[in-house]
Amino acid sequence: MGVLAAVSVPPRLRATAAGTATAVVGVAGLVAGVAAVTGTVWRVRIGWLLPLSGAEFAVDPLAGWFLVVTSVVVAVTAVYGIGYAGDGHASTRRPTWVLLPVFGFALLLVPVAASVGTLLLCWELMAITSLLLIVTEHAARAAVTRAGLWYAVMTQGGFLALLIGFSVYAAGAGGQTFTALRAAHLSPAVRGLVFLLILAGCGSKSGLVPLHAWLPKAHPQAPSPISAMLSAGMVNLGVYLVVRVGFDLLHGGARWWWLLTLALGALSALYGIIQAAVATDLKVLLAYSTVENMGLIFLGVGAAGVLRASGADALAGVALAAALLHMANHAGFKTLLFTGAGSVLRATGSRDLDALGGLRTRMPATTALFAVGALGAAALPPGNGFVSEWLLLQALVHAAPSGGIVTTVAMPLAVAVVALTAGLAVVTFVKALGVGFFARPRGPGADAARESPPLMLTAMAIAAAGCAVLALDPTLFGQVLSPVVTALIGTPAPIGGGVMLRLNHIGSSLSPLWIAAALTGGVLVTVMVIRVVGAGVARRRDVALCDCGAGAPTARMQYTATSFAEPVQRVFDDVLAPRTDIAVTPRSESRYIIEKLTYQREVPDRIEHHLYQPLIHGYHRLGRLAPWLGNGSVHRYLAYGFTGLITLLTVLAVLR
Amino acid sequence: VTAATLATVVQVLTVIGVAPLLTGLMRQTRARMEGRAGAGIGQPWRDLRKLVRRPAVTPVGTGWPFRLAPLALTATSLVIAAVIPLITTRSPLDHGADLFAVVGLLAFGTVTLALAALDTGTAFGGMGSSRAITVLALVEPSILVAVFALSARVGSTNLAAIVTTTLQHPLRVMSPASLLAAAALVVVIVAECGRLPVDNPSTHLELTMIHEAMTLEYSGADLALVELSAMMRLTVLLGLLASLFAPWGIATAGLAGLPLAVPVLLSKLALLGGGLAAIEVLLAKLRLFRVPELLAGSFVLALLAVTSSYFLA
Repeated sequence: MGVLAAVSVPPRLRATAAGTATAVVGVAGLVAGVAAVTGTVWRVRIGWLLPLSGAEFAVDPLAGWFLVVTSVVVAVTAVYGIGYAGDGHASTRRPTWVLLPVFGFALLLVPVAASVGTLLLCWELMAITSLLLIVTEHAARAAVTRAGLWYAVMTQGGFLALLIGFSVYAAGAGGQTFTALRAAHLSPAVRGLVFLLILAGCGSKSGLVPLHAWLPKAHPQAPSPISAMLSAGMVNLGVYLVVRVGFDLLHGGARWWWLLTLALGALSALYGIIQAAVATDLKVLLAYSTVENMGLIFLGVGAAGVLRASGADALAGVALAAALLHMANHAGFKTLLFTGAGSVLRATGSRDLDALGGLRTRMPATTALFAVGALGAAALPPGNGFVSEWLLLQALVHAAPSGGIVTTVAMPLAVAVVALTAGLAVVTFVKALGVGFFARPRGPGADAARESPPLMLTAMAIAAAGCAVLALDPTLFGQVLSPVVTALIGTPAPIGGGVMLRLNHIGSSLSPLWIAAALTGGVLVTVMVIRVVGAGVARRRDVALCDCGAGAPTARMQYTATSFAEPVQRVFDDVLAPRTDIAVTPRSESRYIIEKLTYQREVPDRIEHHLYQPLIHGYHRLGRLAPWLGNGSVHRYLAYGFTGLITLLTVLAVLR
Repeated sequence: VTAATLATVVQVLTVIGVAPLLTGLMRQTRARMEGRAGAGIGQPWRDLRKLVRRPAVTPVGTGWPFRLAPLALTATSLVIAAVIPLITTRSPLDHGADLFAVVGLLAFGTVTLALAALDTGTAFGGMGSSRAITVLALVEPSILVAVFALSARVGSTNLAAIVTTTLQHPLRVMSPASLLAAAALVVVIVAECGRLPVDNPSTHLELTMIHEAMTLEYSGADLALVELSAMMRLTVLLGLLASLFAPWGIATAGLAGLPLAVPVLLSKLALLGGGLAAIEVLLAKLRLFRVPELLAGSFVLALLAVTSSYFLA
């Protein structure tokens, strides 16, 4: 319906029609998801939709949870997209708006697919529509095409891994519905192979290091509403499939699978946040933060698997609930942050933090909403990210005695990784907010910025309200998550309590609502005391900034994003290996008098450089072989055919 | 409930009252050891009284981040002072905020001040906030792994539970895990509170300052709040160290224990503060880029604490 609307209506109304249709898809998904997590389980088989196998859909609590999170993201970004497209700020080209509702729909179909064929079809639909949406602005910037190419290769590589993995699995199980897969009895080696292939496929979708290379290229290059949908919605489905296959279909599995998942998650979290801390492009920063948060989620999922394999089911439930809650939290604040970045890009024409600043006075509402998201992303109380990281830490801290020497060593290291990640997330988001929005503008674009239209602010406010609910009343979601976790792990709900977050079997408790109330109370008491104590004091007055007697400081004297992150970059010098280039041009009369000094700094993605460049070079070399192989000689082609036939016959003769 | 609330109020008021005195004591100790007369223990209180009687100023170009930061910073210090078991283990807030939340609140306080410093748009503000946040990020792993070492055997990260368990099993304090965690936490407290060798609290030299660079634009009551919060953070963290590793004297029930608990807390704080100041006299400030090495050392100690608690237990 949305497609029809987008095709038919005139360009002026196209964004509104397609955006509304997408939002309706999102709301419908939300209703289905809420119904599913509260207990309504349904399944549908549409025989005619797919030849040979037919399409199968089923909704259970796990699918419901992902439906709820993804559909809210889809609906909010769609509303935002309508506002974003106004005033000719985005392309009104037909394909973009036709694809938007299809992409939103595909995002919601993946978690409800209940057979291998259906799942792969929905997965591929999601991949292709997202690819086409990423390359929307390819005519304007060359980087978009490059990013699209990266994404196309990585996502199709991931799909290949999934295809092989599921083919092996379905062949072993003798059926392709999830019910058949669940009942299959496979050898441990085959199960391990299936899990590895699916982990690789999902890792490439969720941006796990080292398969993350496309994410910080592609997410920032898409139009901002699409960036939000990709970074807050699509990446979650990698988590979904790993949880679905690992916990549900394969019933847990061996400990090494989950140790590998945990290690990959830890690596992604650290690498992602270090890169985010030194990034100066706002959207690249957010994309690397997605890599980080996906890493944390996979770390939680891995910890849950390890704990379950060690027999600590209750703690495994806490870890899995933490991972799933963090996914919801991440979706909430990342929607808010990416839409905020989109508003900034739309108003200033720049994503470069070094050229931003001063938006607090020019875009007050956007700044306040971005601050809510940044608080969540920095995982500080009373933000929403804090609650899920707290849960994750609880599972890790109390895990050690259960699993022998492996967990005794792995869990403290995991805690350290989570802690360092949280610390660097603070650096990242203080930088994004403090340098990007506060103080004075560092460039002409920021100086001329104006507040976004109400529709965009409304969408952002909905996302912010979602973040606030997640931050202040996580127990609500604890109750929603309970059936999900119970269905997967088999033990009853690990989390309980009213406004208090209490864990069964662990003595720790937390009440974000109390903390927020106590902080508010503290502020009020302080204000009152200051009023009373300073009763006779003259009123506050405005003065010039302290200039040390050297004249008013200019905007260029402010710290920039680059200088803010310089200490961090120096500390992680060996990890980041930044390229610095200083060119000194001396004057002609003496080489001691300098005419010009150019300083260039670049922090390349080291993994991409060392892992993918050799691959790409090798591929190029192979490509150069092709003209030699096919030089146009008919004799040679005949010889190829003949040799091929002989080889085939020989192989058959040997095998028979 | 009322007795517990009353005890907590007494605890918060004690912290507010003692914090400037503790800073005064530390300055006085340093002055005497350096051969100066010193201004006396009460000088920080006199400074604060002077500050609240002067009008605050708003530098042109700053906005709500700058105005809110002193209030938010003070609020975090107050909440932490109410949560941590210093003279009573029965704070009504205890079940709502555990050790992780305390660490988070400390970081939140630092972040509000760092954002305010960035909001001024001066080079000093940016420099101070960049350095403070970098130190904060690097401190985090040591703190949380030390928390791990302390809470894993208790089975809870809530402070009252940890302190009560230590009171019941006093010999655990002497275990290698506990001692290593204490050493790691000392380094953490030095870094969090901006003491030597990480930051020099008595300098205004641009190349070295961290905390002071962020507060340069504040004046009047705003500055008083920022200074008082910094002093309260030091007091609360030293008190936390005392409560985690030498909890004796803390009132575990009702108001009856308070008359004993308050003087015991004061003597513990005086001992720790005096000792810290005495050590500071002997130390030079580290270069900023050597600080990560110090913090990495603290992290290794904390990690050893965790592993030793499993392998030696």
